[in-house]
Amino acid sequence: MTAFAFSPRRVGAMILRHIYLLRSSWPRLFELVYWPAVQMFMWGFLQIGIAKYPGALAGTASTFLAAFLLWDILFRGQIGYSMSFLEEMWSRNMPNLMISPLRATEFVAALIAMSMVRLSIGLIPVTILAIFFFGFNLWSLGLALAAFFANLLFTSWAVGMFCSGLVLRHGLGAESLAWSLMFFFLPLTCVYYPVTTLPEWVQPLAWALPPTAVFEGMRALVIDHVFRGDLMLWALGLNALWLAAGAFSFQRLLGASKRSGSLLQIGE
Amino acid sequence: MPEIAVQAEKLTKHYGEAIAVAGISFAIEAGSITGLLGGNGAGKTTTIGMTMGLVTPTSGRVLIFGADMARDSHDVLHRINFESPYVDLPHRLTVRQNLRIFGMLYGIAKVGERIAQLAEDLDLGEFIDRPAGKLSAGQKTRVALAKALINEPDLLVLDEPTASLDPDTADWIRGHLERYRTRRNATIVLASHNMGEVERLCDRVLMMRRGEIVDDGSPNQLIARYGRQNLEEVFLDIARERRHAGEMAS
Repeated sequence: MTAFAFSPRRVGAMILRHIYLLRSSWPRLFELVYWPAVQMFMWGFLQIGIAKYPGALAGTASTFLAAFLLWDILFRGQIGYSMSFLEEMWSRNMPNLMISPLRATEFVAALIAMSMVRLSIGLIPVTILAIFFFGFNLWSLGLALAAFFANLLFTSWAVGMFCSGLVLRHGLGAESLAWSLMFFFLPLTCVYYPVTTLPEWVQPLAWALPPTAVFEGMRALVIDHVFRGDLMLWALGLNALWLAAGAFSFQRLLGASKRSGSLLQIGE
Repeated sequence: MPEIAVQAEKLTKHYGEAIAVAGISFAIEAGSITGLLGGNGAGKTTTIGMTMGLVTPTSGRVLIFGADMARDSHDVLHRINFESPYVDLPHRLTVRQNLRIFGMLYGIAKVGERIAQLAEDLDLGEFIDRPAGKLSAGQKTRVALAKALINEPDLLVLDEPTASLDPDTADWIRGHLERYRTRRNATIVLASHNMGEVERLCDRVLMMRRGEIVDDGSPNQLIARYGRQNLEEVFLDIARERRHAGEMAS
């Protein structure tokens, strides 16, 4: 029976630990807003610049801000998850957690919650700035935004679980993967261009990535004013597989770290 | 028959070709203080890691209060705690915040009261609202001990509990551990390089060398067996692979 026990209080303890940390460090809070804001301004001005030229390019450019903001949900969701995990590694606190009654499922639940907290702190002010400076209201996408948001977050957590497992198994030497792995998907998920832009042989790979369907769906909504429910369902189905793979890889890598003794040697 | 707190059965750990622990077996009675002694690389930390479930044995198993740590660790983790100088608490959080979080993780009902009690017992009051990363070595050790005692564990595992402490603070910590054991009838497993500490605290010592237990007894028994004046001399004999007096006589 205890094998399936799940304690919301333990999840709450881990969330509280990261809230305390964020409250104690204004640079950490500032960083959550800084990069999204800088990039939003860059893409916003680029969109305005390109829109001055007539033709198809101007139509595509109208999706840049939406594309950037959705990409940032994907990227910041994963970083938010991975950063909370890395904080435990940096502070050499992981063995304390691993010998406590905290379960892997509770730990993951807390990291997921913290990814949403960090994402909200960073993205909400930036979406408001986008309305103010560029007249682009991400929230006006309404229910479609909810579908995009959920699918992107599911992918970000799956990648976050995999990255965390790698860092557990291989130590902080694998930390850079937590920062860079998502960029592998940037060209393949077709954030700023349609899937048909890719060589034909790459397109099946692109469609195997859940965010591709989200970005295609976003373009259909912004350019053609059509909500593609089929794409969202495709993304949801893929995400179910990705989350299962992420959870499985985390469990396996945690087991491997216990076999290799790396939990006792947290560091480089 | 006394309750067995820790039972290791043919416990083995290989890291590739290297043998860290070579099929050791031992049983530790509840309410005792047992020291794990050995030179660097003797296998103490790996043994502790396997005891706590942080390292998976290559073969063999560890039972804590009857629960197999490879399968059923969550049945007993609330009864165990651990302190090591190689493990830290989050630096930016205050002592009180850290203790609150671990109190919640261990399911302590009245965390505030428990923290107040620990602050009094371990004299944390002066720095309880200071970030854990800004404390002196002695203060950090007291905080780490407070974390390790937050759940009043039945089994307390300590890896070098007084490393890098001045003699006064180290003595104070040892006194606290003795009182805790007496008050709670707790089991303490202690890895240390401080022979005076082991002689003072431990009812029993497991001497390790190259992943094996090469001798086992109370500090006085070991000193007599090797014909030495103190445990430090026994440690040197074992580390340098000199045989004890009985073996040499035969």
